Amino acid sequence: MQQENKESITAERFINLYEKNRKFLAANDTPGLKKIREDAMASFMNLGFPDTSIESWRLTDLDETFSRAYDYHLSPENGIDFQKVFQCNIPHLETAVIGQLNGWYVSKDVPLMELGNGIIMGSLAEARKQYPQLIEKYFGTMANDATDGFTALNTAFAQDGVFIYVPDKVKSPKPVQLINVIHHDDNLFLQSRNLIVLGANAGLSLVHCNDSYNHQASFSNIVTEIHIGEHGMLEHYKLQNLNNNSTLISSVFFRLEASANLESHYISLNGGLLRNNIGVLLNGRHANANLNGLYLMDRKQHIDNHVFVDHAFPDCTSNENFKGILDEHAHAIFNGHVLVRRDATKTDARQSNKNILLTDTARVNSKPFLEIYNDDVKCSHGSTTGQLDQDSMFYLRQRGIGEETARMLLMFAFADELVMKIAIPQLRQRLEDMVKKRLQGELQICEQCVLHCSTPDHPVEFPIDMSKL
Amino acid sequence: MLLQVKNLHAGINGKEILRGVNLEVNKGEVHAIMGPNGTGKSTLAAVIAGRDVFDVTGGEILYNGKDLQSLSIEDRAREGIFLGFQYPVEIPGVSITNFMRTAVNEIRKFKGLDPLPGGEFLRLMEEKKRLVEVTSNLMNRSVNEGFSGGEKKKNEIFQMAMLEPMLAILDETDSGLDIDALRIVANGVNKLRRPDNAFVVITHYQRLLDHIIPDFVHVLFDGKIVKSGGKELALELEEKGYDWIKKEQE
Repeated sequence: MQQENKESITAERFINLYEKNRKFLAANDTPGLKKIREDAMASFMNLGFPDTSIESWRLTDLDETFSRAYDYHLSPENGIDFQKVFQCNIPHLETAVIGQLNGWYVSKDVPLMELGNGIIMGSLAEARKQYPQLIEKYFGTMANDATDGFTALNTAFAQDGVFIYVPDKVKSPKPVQLINVIHHDDNLFLQSRNLIVLGANAGLSLVHCNDSYNHQASFSNIVTEIHIGEHGMLEHYKLQNLNNNSTLISSVFFRLEASANLESHYISLNGGLLRNNIGVLLNGRHANANLNGLYLMDRKQHIDNHVFVDHAFPDCTSNENFKGILDEHAHAIFNGHVLVRRDATKTDARQSNKNILLTDTARVNSKPFLEIYNDDVKCSHGSTTGQLDQDSMFYLRQRGIGEETARMLLMFAFADELVMKIAIPQLRQRLEDMVKKRLQGELQICEQCVLHCSTPDHPVEFPIDMSKL
Repeated sequence: MLLQVKNLHAGINGKEILRGVNLEVNKGEVHAIMGPNGTGKSTLAAVIAGRDVFDVTGGEILYNGKDLQSLSIEDRAREGIFLGFQYPVEIPGVSITNFMRTAVNEIRKFKGLDPLPGGEFLRLMEEKKRLVEVTSNLMNRSVNEGFSGGEKKKNEIFQMAMLEPMLAILDETDSGLDIDALRIVANGVNKLRRPDNAFVVITHYQRLLDHIIPDFVHVLFDGKIVKSGGKELALELEEKGYDWIKKEQE
């Protein structure tokens, strides 16, 4: 085992590291998993890290990220402060909290829990030891190691992360909050790997947070595979509030079996460079995926949402609704690709991306597109980018509302359409507060978890009372 | 004198639309401004309200003796100027309740008053809704979103009732209304008339003036007020059309 520290991120570094640690990395692999790992490494050696010469990375330049040196660890460091991770619960909301610090699963007691109802949750590394068949059945079956260098590298080095298994017909009685915290004294590169499996008719609400604790640079390459069995239902919340020196490559691969339902909400409030790869495979008839995304970026922040929805079966529906507000020099990219395969009759696919630019220097590149090989489909896509509507501003101000308040009101109304879709009331309330704070430029990356930014004792000050009377 | 428009010149993108408008409005009066399309009626309303896409190139607008030029849109509104829009804007995500509560409280703040407590605000809304015959189911909907033409215009009258302006300028509030909606709009104005406020009603047709009796009627033509008179002028216009005005000008 070798710890590699303070080096820049190059393909050679990881190829050498892999060679030296091959046995160590594969120590708990079943033969099947070992093959996935070897294949992924071969793929990475072929692909390397992406750069702007590759179409899907054309507008996201990683040069600055790659110019820094980062520590990288093949095993967890000692001296974890559990308290730092586990204080991040949402007030007044009972959740099962599981945490990761610097990419490693952390637990107060046991690394893997099997609950009375058959739900398993905990460390992926531990699950690979205890449930090798279950892991082998799903691991690596959704991620696209063959085409994406980051994903291939993650698979080749996959060690720890979170594993959640919800058996057939079981509905998780409370939301699971998965907290990914980065807290490190030096620049850190990390790769965690998560696997979430919902059986047939299973139900889960998953709140997945990516947070920073300090302003140290970090570079995360996180891959999450999520399988939703027939008639399964996943509510998925991805909350991103990282510091301005952080780069996050988050790749989430969803596979929905027949009649499965996905409600996904990406809420990106802060981060230096955020890249969300969102892959959805509709793998059975009548599967339905609703994908919502809200991003509020300023300074030189960069967000790139790459969404790919694969309609592989008939009668499926997908609905993408991404909205962003960009201030100062922020840059947002929306790339939505819907593929309707030849047999996928009665597909209903919608894509929408709307952006507000608050300055002349903020930028958006929006590219929703449809690739359709079947005639019997309903598909639509649309994209708008503009400033705050001047007619609306005049209307509000003509009623005596000040310019700044009018701007806030319009921006909040724009963002709130997506916040309102959050089904967990406590989480919705918390995020409304955070969006208000963010729009007023008051949201900091917190000393505590993202969801602790305003405590009930210190409500957020906002000039407009949006509560229903 | 509440409003005094003196030799007002204004335009947009270098094109002059108002070419020397003069208008005087006293408290307690109702003025109607009529005229063919494209003569500057809506521009006049927007310029008084402070819309900054228009450039004022000459003349002045005095309101309670104060020059309006230096006041922002919102400060003019807070001083009591209300514009009823010809095309009220749809604002998704902002309910009428929150919109009005924000507006009422910002105006109160400007006047040095504390915000209206929630209960009192609700009572005020109920009272004004009854006064202008607006049904309650609009209140929790987003401002004007999906409203019919009539609902939008009734909503303008409701907002006027809530904000109790000193000077209300209604820009073709009657356009596109059926007779019932027209009656509701006119009744709203008549109920809100007081000795200390004034209305400027911009209209293309005489029919609104069957319901709102004006003290003065003005004809705006080619950026100027070319004729003024009593309510009988409106009837004359209805009868003869605008052609005789045009001929007079030539």
